[in-house]
Amino acid sequence: MMPKSKRQRQFFYIIPYGIWLVLFVIAPLVLLVFQSLTTPTGHFTLHNYAIYFASGTYLRMTFNSVWYAFLITVVTLIVSYPMAYLLNQLKQKQFWLLLIILPTWINLLLKTYAFIGLLSKSGTVNNFIGLWGVVPQQLLFSDWSFLLVAAYIEIPFMILPIFNSLAEINPRLEQASRDLGANRWQTLRRVIVPLSMPGVKAGIQAVFIPSLSLFMITRLIGGNRVITLGTAIEEHFLVTQNWQLGSTIGVVLIVAMVITMILTRDRARRSARKGR
Amino acid sequence: MKKLITGISAILVLVVLLFGTQRYLASQTGTGESSDKVLNLYNWGDYLDPDLITKFTKETGYKVSYETFDSNEAMYTKIKQGGTSYDLTVPSDYMIKKMKRENLLLPLDHSKLTGINNYDTRFMNQTFDKNNKYSLPYFWGTLGIIYNDKYVKPQDVQHWDDLWAPKFKNQIMLVDSARDALAMALITQNKSVNDKSTADLAAAQAKLTTLMPNIKAIIADEIKMYMAQNEAAIAVTYSGEASQAMGNNSHLHYVVPSEGSNLWFDNIVMPKTAKHKAAAYAFLNFMSEPKNAAQNATYVGYATPNKRAMPFLSEAVRHDKQFYPDKKTLDNLQVYDDLGQRWTEKYNDAFLEFKMSQR
Repeated sequence: MMPKSKRQRQFFYIIPYGIWLVLFVIAPLVLLVFQSLTTPTGHFTLHNYAIYFASGTYLRMTFNSVWYAFLITVVTLIVSYPMAYLLNQLKQKQFWLLLIILPTWINLLLKTYAFIGLLSKSGTVNNFIGLWGVVPQQLLFSDWSFLLVAAYIEIPFMILPIFNSLAEINPRLEQASRDLGANRWQTLRRVIVPLSMPGVKAGIQAVFIPSLSLFMITRLIGGNRVITLGTAIEEHFLVTQNWQLGSTIGVVLIVAMVITMILTRDRARRSARKGR
Repeated sequence: MKKLITGISAILVLVVLLFGTQRYLASQTGTGESSDKVLNLYNWGDYLDPDLITKFTKETGYKVSYETFDSNEAMYTKIKQGGTSYDLTVPSDYMIKKMKRENLLLPLDHSKLTGINNYDTRFMNQTFDKNNKYSLPYFWGTLGIIYNDKYVKPQDVQHWDDLWAPKFKNQIMLVDSARDALAMALITQNKSVNDKSTADLAAAQAKLTTLMPNIKAIIADEIKMYMAQNEAAIAVTYSGEASQAMGNNSHLHYVVPSEGSNLWFDNIVMPKTAKHKAAAYAFLNFMSEPKNAAQNATYVGYATPNKRAMPFLSEAVRHDKQFYPDKKTLDNLQVYDDLGQRWTEKYNDAFLEFKMSQR
């Protein structure tokens, strides 16, 4: 009797999850794939994919998306890892962590507009360097400003998982490593970094995947000098109203994201097997 | 557990209360279906003087529910999908043609329109709506060049071709719109802005690509903010955006190149979702009254198509060549035609390739 009722109860708990999954994950995905495989009149076709893969513009845009997402990920990782490490050493670490998470409570668009105020020709940064007589510099609409703002926005999502995985490391392992004669650097490289790898990988997923489809920042800060697939999707859904081709690009992006997931997970397993 | 249940119940009660209040307020202001003395107006944001809404309600007794959209396409999708009961909306020229073709509009009964003769005939009977069967002009405007006299001499930016001058390297902001960017290039080559020839389009794209070194950014609504902040010397954008930027920065000026440009219209139409037709006609007639049209034009800052409204505008506005260009320029302006799906995509592909050409 017991196991059955338990199963029934489990089944009951699964219902909301199942409904959620079907409504907001499976149904949109099926619709997206379906759209990408049809003509505007509803016939089956591979034409949209043919257009996509035959077009140098779209392929270059795909490359751009991946390249910028990669750069953003690298920049955030370089900043986040030492920061997460440092936070873990502090006494009130939860408090300091909160301070870093705080900006995520503010709307993304507002933060972007704040950067416009900082980086524009009459903005804070130019006013500041103007104190030393430097003429106003063109800061907006460059690769650098785009990377800066995108990385700033993504940093909390990188710090959080790294911080958590660092916090989980048993401090005795560090002590043991020191006892056994490893210096600080060796301890970091051989003990801390490998053990925090799951956090790094989670962080890479959390940053790389959304970065692939950024589009508001590419226009507001990048001035459309940085063009990614998000721009093309927006255009096809809003301007040309060719939802079929827009969906096709969406599917390509999803595939790119799945590949990222597989790559980051696979490496985690291999390193586990090596038994480091 | 008990705490959790109490908490959730409290939130539920709050939600029900808020929802009830919202319904109540909605029925008071007339968004609800209950009252017949309402007008559901679906318009661009900040595109009607709120004082006029008050005046309209006072004069006719119809309460106005004003909902806004930010692009023709968003408005089109919402009307097409149904479930709304908008009585009037304000699409742009090419969108009127598209909606007309898809039977989304109701013809206007001209016998019920009292103010139709107030409109300037130059802005009536356009190709997108012959004989104004479906629409009345609401505002019109142009595509042009806005420049900052701190960085640019006025005589250097009177024509489209001036933008290609090497001295404007990395100085120009371009509006992020395929139609407008290509229109500019097509006009410099003496072609129609509705050109449907692959060779002409390719030539326009090539011409546009040579402008790339001068382009600082390709953005949309942000242009007015950036221009007001002196971020760039020159921008290509719409007259309405320009007038707003100029309101914030006295160094800005707007030019409509005399060789030609785009002339756009936002016309007021009755979508097929209209339920309160009497209210809709009352509003159309109200807005056709010269005094009201003038007041709205003063508030919004766009150009009114209402000829009899001109005397009610201030002297400076009426003779402002920037927003009411002279006849010679006006004759060279072209209205966008709905290109159809295939050519819309071709224009957009060309523009996308142009945007990609910078690296």
